[in-house]
Amino acid sequence: MTALLLVCALLACALAPMFLRPPAVSSRGSVRQARLVSRIDSLLPQTQCGECGFAGCRPYAEAIAGGKADIYLCPPGGPVTVRQLEQLLGRSPAHPARGPAATPATVVAHIDEDLCIGCVKCVRACPVDAILGAAGQMHSILPAQCTGCDLCVAPCPVDCITLVPAAGKSQWQWPRPVSTMAATA
Amino acid sequence: MIRELHAFPGGLPLAHYMEWTCGEESLLQPLPARIVLPLQQHIGLPATPIVNMGDKVLKGQKIAAASGYVSVSIHASTSGTVTDIGDHPAPHPAGITARCIVIEPDGEDHWYDIRPVDEYTTVDPRRLQEVIRDCGISGLGGAGFPAHVKINEGVENAVDTLIINGVECEPYITCDDRLIQEKASYVVAGTRMIGHAVQAKHRVIAVESDMPAAYAALARLVGDDIELVQVPARYPAGGEKQLIQVITGKEVPCGGLAIHIGILVQNVATAAAVYRAVTRGEPVVSRYVTVAGAVPRPRNLQVLLGTPVTDCLRTCGYEPQPGERIILGGPMMGQHLRSTDVPITKTSNCILVQQEPEPAVELPCIRCGNCATACPIRLLPQQLYLDTRAGNYDAARQHHLFDCIECGCCSYVCPSHIPLVQYYRHAKSHISAEERRRDGADHARSRFEARNDRLRADASAETQRESAGNTASANSEYVRAAVERTLARRQARDAGPDGETGSHD
Repeated sequence: MTALLLVCALLACALAPMFLRPPAVSSRGSVRQARLVSRIDSLLPQTQCGECGFAGCRPYAEAIAGGKADIYLCPPGGPVTVRQLEQLLGRSPAHPARGPAATPATVVAHIDEDLCIGCVKCVRACPVDAILGAAGQMHSILPAQCTGCDLCVAPCPVDCITLVPAAGKSQWQWPRPVSTMAATA
Repeated sequence: MIRELHAFPGGLPLAHYMEWTCGEESLLQPLPARIVLPLQQHIGLPATPIVNMGDKVLKGQKIAAASGYVSVSIHASTSGTVTDIGDHPAPHPAGITARCIVIEPDGEDHWYDIRPVDEYTTVDPRRLQEVIRDCGISGLGGAGFPAHVKINEGVENAVDTLIINGVECEPYITCDDRLIQEKASYVVAGTRMIGHAVQAKHRVIAVESDMPAAYAALARLVGDDIELVQVPARYPAGGEKQLIQVITGKEVPCGGLAIHIGILVQNVATAAAVYRAVTRGEPVVSRYVTVAGAVPRPRNLQVLLGTPVTDCLRTCGYEPQPGERIILGGPMMGQHLRSTDVPITKTSNCILVQQEPEPAVELPCIRCGNCATACPIRLLPQQLYLDTRAGNYDAARQHHLFDCIECGCCSYVCPSHIPLVQYYRHAKSHISAEERRRDGADHARSRFEARNDRLRADASAETQRESAGNTASANSEYVRAAVERTLARRQARDAGPDGETGSHD
């Protein structure tokens, strides 16, 4: 009898943490959720263009993690990002046909300095503070910081901002060799 | 003392075809009609122009300054007028243009006022380094790594062995061979200078066993302070890592540098350039270039930097024709030129005209393993190829893709004619681009978050001001007083004789 009591007591001791867990589970769950958001965010291109309908990459990552958004909504990320998100989350996009066709070329904004009137509207629109300028002064893009998100183009009242290819030798990649094997097979 | 030599794994015994050009004295390439000097002729940051269009420059005058630590200056290779600073075709596998300074020669070839270092043995090694950087010396062997960076590493770390690399292992190339034969004293003196700059314990000049004339020329000049070594002719014995292995038996660790094992390697042409820089203050304005292959008169030329490849070919009796493959560099590691209208740079060691009509047809890999036997780094070329083909770049990286020196031994022995090195180059540049993209994304993320924090802080400060409306009365009192004072000042000014009012558009 005492042995049975002892066993029961031991069991109770062993199981106690289980019953004490529930509050811990929710906080651990939120930690897990935050980690998932970070991991999704790390796959997004950080263009901060808002083309997904959210206010930037992190808000979009939060929406994906919360199940409120689909994974095909990021045009700058292109199919590569969709594939990576698929792998991470184990879910496929609801409308794969509507997904972005190809990763667009890298672009940066460029201000036509002859046209700029110094209205500061683009400076306010830039999500990554990549435009320098004060009221009444000519504005300038910092190409190294610019993500090519396009958000500065619409606010400009004199249409002096265009997106230009971020040219340069560093952009060039050795092409993948074209296999001649298919011709012989 | 006879140094015991070691072997490196893999490699190939290649036919050398050196006899065509190594016996004949080099020719001075005449002054071209136009000199085009790319701002990037070395590894690192491109130099920054310090001249303007229309400026008169003299031979040896600095026209672009080093943009940072890993960068070197560019000097005018003849006297003349700067006619353009802009994008021009440069040696690049895809024919992409590069920033260049264009000089129209005046034909005088007047030297700039250059000053030598008094006596190198009494000069502080750090001063020697400065001289080497200011004279625009980057590795003249082919890679183009800035010489002063390597030498600085040598000053910071103890250098056990300084190796001067005269091992030209690629077929056809004899420019170092000719340089040694014609300027042996420069090479030996330059070796002593670099040896002094880094305080090397041992100094070794290495030449290949099939360069007897060069060996003899050096043997007459070296003393007890320099060891002269003949290494067996086996490709790629002239690669930095392979040469270190042959001479010292040590292996440069994966991802490490030669200096980490106490070794500094410089090319013979770099040593000669150091000699010129120290004794005359002369910057790098010309180099030896081998013109070989299917040309009527193959020869070594002393070419002013910025001279078009076309001119060098014409000197050797060859008129560039479309369709023929012209390679800048050797047959194993060189790159095809899309156009011969590109300038000779500090790293151009050879122009090779090939008459192979088309490359062999690629066949499937039969896993024969020849590539693994030939690889001097002991990599698994076939595994790297399969990883790259499958787009599995992470796996390629884990198989030490970045230790590949792109020597081409694997492609050479491949019975299926698979262009293996092209796959590795593609994979390397793809991984690097991906890394750059990721770094850029991290940077953009931190800026986006910093901006959001700032906007939030601004908004909360605004709401605080609004909620603290009554306490702000003292503040508004202060502002009103200031506005009144300003108005009074303006009235006083407008009443004055030379009052003017500002206007805003």
